[in-house]
Amino acid sequence: MAKVKMSKQSTKIDMTAMCDVAFLLLSFFVMTSTAKVPEPLPVDTPASTVQTKLPDADLATITIGKEKVFFGMIGQDIRRDALGKIAEKYSVQFTEEEIKRFSLIDGFGVPVGNLKKLISLTGEERNKEGLQPGIPYDSIDNQLNEWVLAARYATKELHGEELKIAIKADGKEEYPTVKKVIDILQKQKVNKFFLVTGLRTDDF
Amino acid sequence: MAELNSGDGGGKKKGHVRSKKQNAGVDLTAMVDLAFLLITFFMLTTSLSKPQSMNLAMPDKEDKPKDQQEKLDVSEDRTMTLLLGEKNQLVWYYGLPTAPIEGPTKVGYGKNGVRKELLAKKETVKAKYASQPKKQDLIVLIKASKKSTYRNLVDILDEMAIANVKIYAIVDITPEENAMLKKEEILSE
Repeated sequence: MAKVKMSKQSTKIDMTAMCDVAFLLLSFFVMTSTAKVPEPLPVDTPASTVQTKLPDADLATITIGKEKVFFGMIGQDIRRDALGKIAEKYSVQFTEEEIKRFSLIDGFGVPVGNLKKLISLTGEERNKEGLQPGIPYDSIDNQLNEWVLAARYATKELHGEELKIAIKADGKEEYPTVKKVIDILQKQKVNKFFLVTGLRTDDF
Repeated sequence: MAELNSGDGGGKKKGHVRSKKQNAGVDLTAMVDLAFLLITFFMLTTSLSKPQSMNLAMPDKEDKPKDQQEKLDVSEDRTMTLLLGEKNQLVWYYGLPTAPIEGPTKVGYGKNGVRKELLAKKETVKAKYASQPKKQDLIVLIKASKKSTYRNLVDILDEMAIANVKIYAIVDITPEENAMLKKEEILSE
């Protein structure tokens, strides 16, 4: 009798502590993970076997796809400062409300003239396909150059760091477009880039 | 699930008391299962969502590129040139474009294509300069044509990392090399 009772006792495990730990970890991961934000220009990045990660601060991302170029900065203070510099350069006035709204936009692809209209839209409308025509980057109207310059100055002034530049291009994009962007950067003596790639899973 | 319902099995004498004890405990197994499932999900998605990157350093652009060229010590039998064409194919040659030591040959990407050639040439150069340890590295020039895609460029840079080629550069393509690609029918106007 006594033996049987003992074995019955051992089948029960107190799960409370385990449950506590599990939920603690769960809440940790939920809080630390960054939600994936929808991009205005979805691109299919090519895969590579190189395992280095992108830095997550003082970074500007240039997205290239379908011959359009989008620009994005990390950090609200940088965006705010860069917009101020661009406004000065192209003599456009932005209200405090507009600057605040702009500082929440991750990436954009409109000429400076359309920026006000873009800011007034909601996040969902902004990411509609075909709405943003891309930032002009040809030699006549090189706004991409100005944005990169503004972001670099802003990063240097606010954080004292050199801005790192990531190029995120679509795998099917033809080389001349990428070359054009690299040339713009090289003219500013930016010679080091991060090429954003995906993880290669197939046997290469 | 994992907990045995011991109330039915035995202990007929104190059955009443036992069932009361059973009601006090909640079976947490399913809850723990769910929690761990979600943990795994979040762990995997967060580590994957951080994009990977490839570092690319380009040489400083100078106003007088010719002066710089003179400073560089590039022997023709250390240089391999890769010309990226369309249709995911490329042409390589070893030596000078006007008088290549080997090639031009058309190959594809991947381990059966260009990697074999890269590794073979690496060995050739190493054997040739066995007495000069400073010059044992192969130099690779990457020249992307108008029709090549960004994916091709990343693939080639990836090959450089895999084959451990330390000296490589992305250079503009010349008209003679465009002609080479056209001859192999991997460049259309």
